[in-house]
Amino acid sequence: MILFSKLIMPIIIITIISYAFFKKNNIYESFIKGAKEGVEMTINLFPYILAMIFSINIIVKSNIINDFLGLLKPLFDILRVPIEIIPMAIMRPVSGTATLALMNDIFIQYGVDSFLGRLASTIQGSTDTTIYILTLYFGFVGINKIRYAMWVGLAADLIGIVASIVVVSLVF
Amino acid sequence: MINIIWALFIIIGIGYSLAMGDLNAVNVEILNSAKTSFDMILTMLPIIALWLGIMTIAKDSGLLDKLASFFAPVLSFLFPEIPKGHESLGFISSNIIINLFGLGNVATPFGLKAMESLQTLNKQKDTATRSMITFLVLNTSGLSIIPTTVISLRVMHNSTAPMEIIGVVIVASLISTVFGLIIDRIWGKVCDNR
Repeated sequence: MILFSKLIMPIIIITIISYAFFKKNNIYESFIKGAKEGVEMTINLFPYILAMIFSINIIVKSNIINDFLGLLKPLFDILRVPIEIIPMAIMRPVSGTATLALMNDIFIQYGVDSFLGRLASTIQGSTDTTIYILTLYFGFVGINKIRYAMWVGLAADLIGIVASIVVVSLVF
Repeated sequence: MINIIWALFIIIGIGYSLAMGDLNAVNVEILNSAKTSFDMILTMLPIIALWLGIMTIAKDSGLLDKLASFFAPVLSFLFPEIPKGHESLGFISSNIIINLFGLGNVATPFGLKAMESLQTLNKQKDTATRSMITFLVLNTSGLSIIPTTVISLRVMHNSTAPMEIIGVVIVASLISTVFGLIIDRIWGKVCDNR
């Protein structure tokens, strides 16, 4: 499997390039055209990323989310949800770097092969940074009326987190 | 929507820090976030340029259209509003395939191209279309076969079995994707009928 995941990128690249090569396309020109577009695209992304990082980091660093969770602890105990995983679950849709840092902490504190370690890995692998993706993608094409997108995305995250807890408890 | 969330995050964040008297963290963060986001752009720029270059080769050679026609049955079921053979379908399928392999950074340029191309079909330029929302649900529900980032972190932490989570990740992400798509479908229908 490790070998397989190392093979993906080289295989994608060699497939694309040999296909274009045998079709006698102007490969080099296409590449330069695309790369140029990529540079412009990334520079145009800067304002959106700046805006999102700014507001997300301010709320993350204010600690309000962690303090609020402390109040909800009895509820999670009743639902038999491990409280240690909650900060990561809450952060997951908002910030990729914060979630990775929290997962790192769980690995160090409880061990990567513990129940919590496996659960953290599963949540990380099976959900994504919804709010970040939505602002980035919609911002990029200039859409500000996103209708029900946020609710569907967050609902899918919640389902993914609950599914992770259930599946990991059943399997390990 | 984005307006409200953006403003609320900042107001609540700064307000709470003021109320708690913890001004150091917030001061540091105000200065740092500008640098953090620029660092992000710097890391993203070469990746996006490289992969958009590769993808343009695939597009110009017709490989992207081939890929889209291979997935046409699935795509026309998920995106009934997109006309057959539209260029966005090639971008959408390549974005989803790369996401399946857990390469989120590489998938971003493909996703942005897909959005740009979906926007050409949009009649109200400031409002999200159903296809766009379905596409983003597919992106945010985290469907993956090989969670590359997690596995490499597990290897770094000397896990005895870094791969053992692959099965549960597939199941959990499949559940959230399927339910996400169902909710999206129902919500979309309800909105259109209003």
